[in-house]
Amino acid sequence: MTAVGTEHRVIRVVVNGVPYEREVEARLLLSDFLRHDLGLTGTHVGCEHGVCGACTVLFDGEPVRSCLLLAVQADGHVIETVEGLAPSEAELHPLQRAFWEKHGLQCGYCTSGMLMVLKAFLAEHPNPTEEEIREAISGNLCRCTGYQNIVEAALYAAQLMRQS
Amino acid sequence: MPTRIFGEPIKRAEDPRLLTGRGRYTDDIDLPGQLHVAFLRSPLAHARIRSIDVSAARDMPGVVAVWTYADIGPCQRRMPLLIPHPDLTHPYTRYALAKDEVNHVGEPVAMVIAESRYLAEDAVEAIVVEWEELPPVVDIERAVQPDAPLVHEELGTNVAAHYVGIVGDPEGAFSRAAHVFRERLIIERSAGMPIETRAIVAVWNDVEGVLEVWDTTQAPIVIRNALAALFGLAPTQVRVVAPDVGGGFGCKIMVYPEEVLVPYAALALRRPIKWTEDRLEHFVGTNHERLQIHDAEIAVDAEGRILGIRDRFLHDAGAYTPYGIIVPIITACQLPGPYKVPNYHVEFRAVYSNTVPVSPYRGAGRPHAAFVMERLLDRVADELGLDRAEVRRRNFIQPHEFPYDVGLIFQDGAPTRYDSGNYPGMLDLLLQQMDYDRLVREELPRLRAEGRCVGVGIACYVEGTGIGPYEGATVRVEPTGQVYVATGMPQQGQAHKTVLAQIVAEELQVPVESVQVFEGDTAHFQFGSGTYASRSAVVCGSAVALAARKVREQGLQLAAEELEVAVEDLVVEDGRVYVRGAPERGFTWAQLAQLANPLRYAYAGDLVVRPRPWTGPTLPPGKQPTLEATEYYSPPHATWASGAVGLLVEVDIETGQLFFRKLWVVHDCGKMINPMVVEGQVHGGIAQGIGGAFYEKLYYDENGQLLNASFMDFLIPTAMEIPRMEVAHQETPSPLNPLGVKGVGEAGAIPMPAVVAAAVEDALRPFGVRITRMPLDPDQLWRMTHPESP
Repeated sequence: MTAVGTEHRVIRVVVNGVPYEREVEARLLLSDFLRHDLGLTGTHVGCEHGVCGACTVLFDGEPVRSCLLLAVQADGHVIETVEGLAPSEAELHPLQRAFWEKHGLQCGYCTSGMLMVLKAFLAEHPNPTEEEIREAISGNLCRCTGYQNIVEAALYAAQLMRQS
Repeated sequence: MPTRIFGEPIKRAEDPRLLTGRGRYTDDIDLPGQLHVAFLRSPLAHARIRSIDVSAARDMPGVVAVWTYADIGPCQRRMPLLIPHPDLTHPYTRYALAKDEVNHVGEPVAMVIAESRYLAEDAVEAIVVEWEELPPVVDIERAVQPDAPLVHEELGTNVAAHYVGIVGDPEGAFSRAAHVFRERLIIERSAGMPIETRAIVAVWNDVEGVLEVWDTTQAPIVIRNALAALFGLAPTQVRVVAPDVGGGFGCKIMVYPEEVLVPYAALALRRPIKWTEDRLEHFVGTNHERLQIHDAEIAVDAEGRILGIRDRFLHDAGAYTPYGIIVPIITACQLPGPYKVPNYHVEFRAVYSNTVPVSPYRGAGRPHAAFVMERLLDRVADELGLDRAEVRRRNFIQPHEFPYDVGLIFQDGAPTRYDSGNYPGMLDLLLQQMDYDRLVREELPRLRAEGRCVGVGIACYVEGTGIGPYEGATVRVEPTGQVYVATGMPQQGQAHKTVLAQIVAEELQVPVESVQVFEGDTAHFQFGSGTYASRSAVVCGSAVALAARKVREQGLQLAAEELEVAVEDLVVEDGRVYVRGAPERGFTWAQLAQLANPLRYAYAGDLVVRPRPWTGPTLPPGKQPTLEATEYYSPPHATWASGAVGLLVEVDIETGQLFFRKLWVVHDCGKMINPMVVEGQVHGGIAQGIGGAFYEKLYYDENGQLLNASFMDFLIPTAMEIPRMEVAHQETPSPLNPLGVKGVGEAGAIPMPAVVAAAVEDALRPFGVRITRMPLDPDQLWRMTHPESP
């Protein structure tokens, strides 16, 4: 048999500020690379067809679906995942604090994607309305919360970030 | 004063890990040397397997094994029938890998084990199966006709179960009724769709001699005991852990083929094995729910009081009945809801089809029941010219009528007996919250005068929660001051680590952060069943409370002996047990744990060791060297939560789009352990209910192909579709359990099809349509409002 898809490439990516150089199979998904090659399992995979948003990471600062990208496409780029969100071990990001405070998560599976989308959104919209937040997270499915407390958390996070 | 911890909206202990990406879901677990599984699944709904050729697949790079039915050793037994029932006269379960026939698209046929998932999937493509197609059975109304093709030839029928339940004298009631109204009501096929699919990692731990399994299951003890029995191991040689689980909603309680095959591969190959379901597999490989077709009729007197109900319905069981007939039994028992139905005839047939098997999905037969009952009452109100709220008021079971017997045997084998509630109070609270009179008399007419197509609906429901058989818990005070709690129930987001800790912290008056809850791991607790049927807080919470109370007694007794005072002279406060009025005379819980144990361990403990005179054995008979208790709680029968919901909708006549403008909920789950968590559960249930009322429907074609097996086509509502929800609480404590609690997990999902139907029908009154089918969609609404169009 021919070894389909077994071509390998060396890629260099910066993930959460840490540079990595890895040889990867050309067909390896970015989500699988982050989770299983780098062990950053905080990025979750829900559908692998780009709808649920659970696997959202920041790619040069922009939210992307890591299940719709190949690892080789990240060569030379900067990735941020949920593991890099908190400023330190002892301190949470305002979004994380707000989600905790407002009960913005239940099973936690969609949470990483929600946090990463909102990080990018709040950077551009420091004073959002509820409607704007709902639209911002409309590419991220949550099956537990009914979104209400996620919206509350996002509003509260925006307030915390404005204050600091 | 004791500190109040039970009932407080305490932030969740689970969250810091989950928020920082440090959760551990099953697919997050990668073990050294791990192999990966991919399944070949049937592309056909009904077919015989003439031959399977796996030779090419076996030669593919990285492939370690390719198995068909012939290769799976102990897993060749039929999958278990988990819940038998006397009326399930024709049960049928599958083989873990199809033996000679497949009965739905997605049924596992062969299993590839390879060095990576990518390579395993490559090899699946190389397996060649020769099929002999059989006629698929998809339409359950067709399936019950005498000449219908059969799903399972050897059963000689497509009817798995025929159930009849009769209360009072239904025939007499209908013959003397002032009015009888009939409806044909349909609720379509849907599914739980957790964002995390199923996954299993298994490894034979050669050091310990233990098979270790991480599984996204809602019932790890059930899986542990099944694997032990199947593989001839002692139960203690199998450890099943449900780690962080990304939502369950019912579909993760089962013994699925993959749950025995992956552990078997770990045993047979002595390598760690992982399988993670992809979303397409989830659509066709994980159980569905919902499809029922009801022919229901209601008999009322001239004032709209219910004299009787007759309901005959077909329940789509799918291809197999591993979970018995729990779903339609619940529908049958819960159909009367919060109303007095003195005469009741309910009858169903559970029907096989060549589709994914059906087992409970959040609501589990209850949304169907509430849809039928509430639709009938709306019909009565409309026909008799009564307000829809008034009809409900006239038929409610009254607060003084508890315990109230519906007259049927519930899913747990116990009487369907409501323990407590205040249904008129609940509705009054809802109407007040909605400002119902003003809404109906002023707001709606004003909006309609503006040309807007708006409508309001209300729906009430009950939910049998907290069923047995039992759950247990161990509570132990550690000499280091932490309190250890272990239970058998796993969670999928319901905050057990927080709410169970609150129960213990309240009993012992210790900081909630000092209580550590271990759950979902058979190494910590070995008896019980799992998380389903809105039962964790009730059954497990009660066991935890009983165990904590026993530990409290042990601590009091020990302190009394050490301080030479009577137990009655002691108080438990601020994490200590001390003499009333003399706080300096007492011990912390950590010190009491140290005192209980005649041994002193290095570094552990802050008590000065006092030499004691010899009086006999250091640990006298009947004493234990710890403050620890294990207790079980078994409810006499279900405890009945209830709720009422109101909805304001608007229909866009031009597009058929439906907008949820306002949504109000009153919920009663007895005493709330953590109102923040309760509210979150209600929100989530409602969102799923909205999905099932307007967005989510699984479409099978006549060949048994699932046409919308992706999130592009099966529409889970987003934050744009789910409206803001106003939740109010009523608390009628349960008299059945030590905490007075009732379950809440499924609540929100139950009334939504009913209330959406009511509100849309109200909005479409000018068009004279009746809503009798759920879910709706823009196409249906457009057709209803454009009857002249083709």
